[in-house]
Amino acid sequence: MSANNLVSINNLTVEFKTELGSVTALKDVSFDLPRNCITAVVGESGSGKSVTSNSIMRLLPDSAQTSGEIILYPQKSEPISITSLAEKDPRLRSLRGGLVSMVFQEPMTALSPVHRIGDQVAEAVLCHREVSKEAAWSEAASMLEQVGLTDVQQKMRMYPFEFSGGMRQRVIIAMALICHPQLLICDEPTTALDVTIQAEILVLIKSLQQKLQNSVLFITHDLGVVAQVADRVVVMYDGQVLEVGDVKQILKNPQHPYTCHLLASMPGAERRTTKESKQKNWAAGAALGGGTALATAEDGRQVREFVR
Amino acid sequence: MKKYILRRVLGMVPTLAVISVLVFIVIQLPEGDIVTSTVGQLEATGVDMSDDRIESLRAQYYLDQPLPIQYLYWIGNFITGDMGFSYLYAQPVNELVWERLGYTLLISIGALLFTWLLALPIGIYSAVRQYSTADYAFTTVGLIGLATPNFLIALILMYLGYNWFGLSFGGLFSPEYINAPWSWARFTDLLAHLWIPVIVIGTSGMAITMRLMRANLLDELEKPYVTTARAKGVPPLKLLLKYPVRIAINPFISTIGLLLPTLISGEAIVAVVLNLPTTGPLLIQSLITQDMYLAGSLIMLLSVLTVIGMLLSDLLLAWVDPRIRYERT
Ligand SMILES: Nc1ncnc2c1ncn2[C@@H]1O[C@H](COP(=O)(O)OP(=O)(O)OP(=O)(O)O)[C@@H](O)[C@H]1O
Ligand SMILES: [Mg+2]
Repeated sequence: MSANNLVSINNLTVEFKTELGSVTALKDVSFDLPRNCITAVVGESGSGKSVTSNSIMRLLPDSAQTSGEIILYPQKSEPISITSLAEKDPRLRSLRGGLVSMVFQEPMTALSPVHRIGDQVAEAVLCHREVSKEAAWSEAASMLEQVGLTDVQQKMRMYPFEFSGGMRQRVIIAMALICHPQLLICDEPTTALDVTIQAEILVLIKSLQQKLQNSVLFITHDLGVVAQVADRVVVMYDGQVLEVGDVKQILKNPQHPYTCHLLASMPGAERRTTKESKQKNWAAGAALGGGTALATAEDGRQVREFVR
Repeated sequence: MKKYILRRVLGMVPTLAVISVLVFIVIQLPEGDIVTSTVGQLEATGVDMSDDRIESLRAQYYLDQPLPIQYLYWIGNFITGDMGFSYLYAQPVNELVWERLGYTLLISIGALLFTWLLALPIGIYSAVRQYSTADYAFTTVGLIGLATPNFLIALILMYLGYNWFGLSFGGLFSPEYINAPWSWARFTDLLAHLWIPVIVIGTSGMAITMRLMRANLLDELEKPYVTTARAKGVPPLKLLLKYPVRIAINPFISTIGLLLPTLISGEAIVAVVLNLPTTGPLLIQSLITQDMYLAGSLIMLLSVLTVIGMLLSDLLLAWVDPRIRYERT
């Protein structure tokens, strides 16, 4: 059954122990990430998207208690049960940045301010392969070119504060892809960027995925972005998975009231909503506690074009 | 960067000129001068001073000239390396100051190394294992250390050393070596005495360094670049030292420059208690006895070292932090 899936998440539950008692961030989350496919996870703020992706990387703080299982089926090696790896297990280190890597939301702070760009990108190579420093630097240079930077030799000697947000995000993508991970996790990679840069980065991620044929887990709360990049969608709300499916199918014909609500709450969506989906929308409001603003009103243009 | 340094050095000149005038005024403030106090003391011991001798003494110190001229003589000599004559010690100030400055430097650097070698690792440990038993223990000990005056620690150490080991501390040399020429034996004797002031003075900075390192590092550990490095697969210890510690330690490196002025004025009480031949007690003595040349020179040196120390701090900070380096080019 794992032939087509790279990652399988089964009944993942995460609880945080805090001073005010325990907070359940994920309840019984199960979904798969197929190979060679971009899977988007959508949901409002606090729905557990980052906790899910951090669980795959094992980046949760010590206060988190996890049950359930995440299994990774690497292309050419034995399956790894990520949730049961010990912190000192060498497989965990080869997983982080090797088999699975991550692009973060805040490019402005995700790089060390006092280390050169080249050093930070090349380090990813040095952590996972026995190569010389020079070889790592030249690999970093070609990777930085692939993500669309020019004058790389010079840029590698520069520091992050000399880069714009978009350039930094490209550096982080290069850093994440340099060891050819089988899974790339992007946790809201474009939220902190302005709109034109946002579009460029999305195109970059999509085209690199097509080139490298890896899997991407793309986290966002923007359905417009989902329509643009994803093949599959996982809809999350309050730590639970509400709906999983093909992107066209979910955007055209959402099964769950909350998904309808998400779609409906996009500006301009009313014109196109059918009577049926209006009813679903109303039901969603009722089911989720009285029509509170559940989704941020993002630009719905792309979705509407897509659905049309 | 070179331009920046040049600009800073040139900027030091007017600052020091103003300070020198102020210093000169301050040392002129007390009633009487070096000659009246000399004469007073000599007459007290029964020596009769003729008016002629007094006049020639005054002329020797340019005291017969108007104040601005006196100032120019004083500062001119200071700049050319002649700091005048200390009446109190009956020696040229140059001879008095440099050796003591050397010892002070030795003790200060020793104390700083002692503080850092102990307090920085403890601070790092406390941050990484925040709220652990060891963290609480270090915090408690640190606060006790912070609340205990240094001279008290000095006294306690001297008492314990005397009672338990029959050692008498104090000074930097055993009596037989105080005026001996430099030799291997004198050097080892110095080392045998040096550790007491190093520990006493070093302990004073310990608690604050520990707490600051802990706080700085806790801030840095939260930063996203740490998560990025973890997600990259950097091994934990390498990650800790290369990223957050490297950044949390920057403020300490820049404090090396601020050490310079304390070479003159710092830890005077400890030095008095431990009978150390450093500059602190010299400064106190010179002020009490109105030893004008000595006091003036020491305060002037203090100012020069402060200004140089501030420049040094800024340069060190620029050296360790590229963000600051680029701002200044
Ligand atoms: N370290 C933590 N301690 C306690 N609770 C946490 C912690 N991290 C996350 N949570 C809780 O887990 C829930 C899910 O958070 P998560 O960060 O996954 O949301 P998200 O879907 O990524 O939201 P956003 O779109 O704002 O990034 C939230 O209710 C949050 O309060
Ligand atoms: Mg998040």
